[in-house]
Amino acid sequence: MKIDFAHHQSAHCESGVTSNLLRHRGLEISEALAFGLGSGLFFGYVPFVKLNHLPLITYRNAPGGIFRKVTRRLGVKIARQKFRQPQAARAAVDRLLDAGVPVGAQTGAYWLPYFPPALRFHFNMHNLVVVGREGDDYLISDPIFPEVLSCPAPDFEKARFARGTMAPKGKIYYVRDAPAQVDLAAAAKSAIRDVCRTMLKTPVPYAGIRGMRLLARHLEAWPEKLGARAAGIHLGHMIRMQEEIGTGGGGFRFIYAAFLQELGERLRRPELLPLSAAMTASGDRWREFAVVGARLCKGRGREGESYAALADLLRDSAVREGALFRELLGAARTL
Amino acid sequence: MRKDQVPQDSCLLAGQREICYAIDEAGHYVLTPTAGWEPKNIANLQAWEVIRDQLQETLAAIRAGRASALAFHMARNQMDVPLLAAYVDLPRWRVRRHLRPDIFARLKPALLERYAAVLEISVAELCTVPERIELPVPVEEK
Repeated sequence: MKIDFAHHQSAHCESGVTSNLLRHRGLEISEALAFGLGSGLFFGYVPFVKLNHLPLITYRNAPGGIFRKVTRRLGVKIARQKFRQPQAARAAVDRLLDAGVPVGAQTGAYWLPYFPPALRFHFNMHNLVVVGREGDDYLISDPIFPEVLSCPAPDFEKARFARGTMAPKGKIYYVRDAPAQVDLAAAAKSAIRDVCRTMLKTPVPYAGIRGMRLLARHLEAWPEKLGARAAGIHLGHMIRMQEEIGTGGGGFRFIYAAFLQELGERLRRPELLPLSAAMTASGDRWREFAVVGARLCKGRGREGESYAALADLLRDSAVREGALFRELLGAARTL
Repeated sequence: MRKDQVPQDSCLLAGQREICYAIDEAGHYVLTPTAGWEPKNIANLQAWEVIRDQLQETLAAIRAGRASALAFHMARNQMDVPLLAAYVDLPRWRVRRHLRPDIFARLKPALLERYAAVLEISVAELCTVPERIELPVPVEEK
């Protein structure tokens, strides 16, 4: 059996899943809108939290946050559940599928057989939608991929019960009830203010603009402190977090720019369009950072390209994004 | 990023395309497929080189009699002791002991099967190591 579910490929898994689930209930929420209304944009650098011996660097909010925040802001009722027993986890999905409900699930990426082998890492924050069952296979709408895929039940179970950091524990979530009309402006106001506040007014030096400055300071010291090889690995790690599958490019800045643009058009607020363009420029600067950074990783840095120059690029981004978010905060006040 | 500048540097996606956000001539955002991007490929290949180096060190240790075959298969699956221990539901200190060749050689079949099931290989494969390291990406051996 297969639920009649419109699958749209997207850049990022959680915002894609959220958008697909809401569209299934008749709400026209694109991926960019889901990302923006879920306050997906973020910057975090936490040097003492390590993943694979590398510091935590993130360009998005905590996993699960996008779905939670979008649905809360739009007045959509949801249900979420985690499991201890794989049998119970499987039975719950089967029951929902039989009732015709598409089920969002958090899984690990490593055990999903349809993932390109080169991208199979122990990453437990992947999201997808289960849309049907055929014999012993589940039909999966994975927003990173162009088509609905089929995945054998044992592999799927292993992915749902992947171990390690942020283990998904079979987590599922689904829409229980969605309103016919939503107040986009109110949702956007709260979402934008949320992002601006975390970027600008964080009390800890690890998040937002302050986090970018801290990373610039540490990045400068990497070659001396860690040696050339380890410094390159740290830098490569940062580029992966920024550009890896799911960011839509430029550490999510392009998706957020698309959100501001769509919002400006749907709410007829032309003042948001220049802010979208500024966010695009910011994404382009992050791309530039990745280009230079990748050359340095390979030890092929050109004239004038060094860790110190990269740190300056990052500080420049921090200044510009600081100004941009302050302006955005002002614009959100009138929404 | 402009639509006509969306990179198509194929390398790691095995023919898959992912989506990125770019603007068209009118400044409008459109979803554009991309086959990959050079800086990202470099960063990803670098991550695989780290895995390869680790595998080579492990192989050398096994051949010198300092580690058991389990150490190779653990590294091959990008796992460390805490992660493997979580998968086989054993305390970490026991997994760490099983990385010693003398102790691994005396393991009971039931325990070997538990490891083999988690790593999705047969018990025979678990007890041996391959001649060459095969990785799903084009990184050269050192």
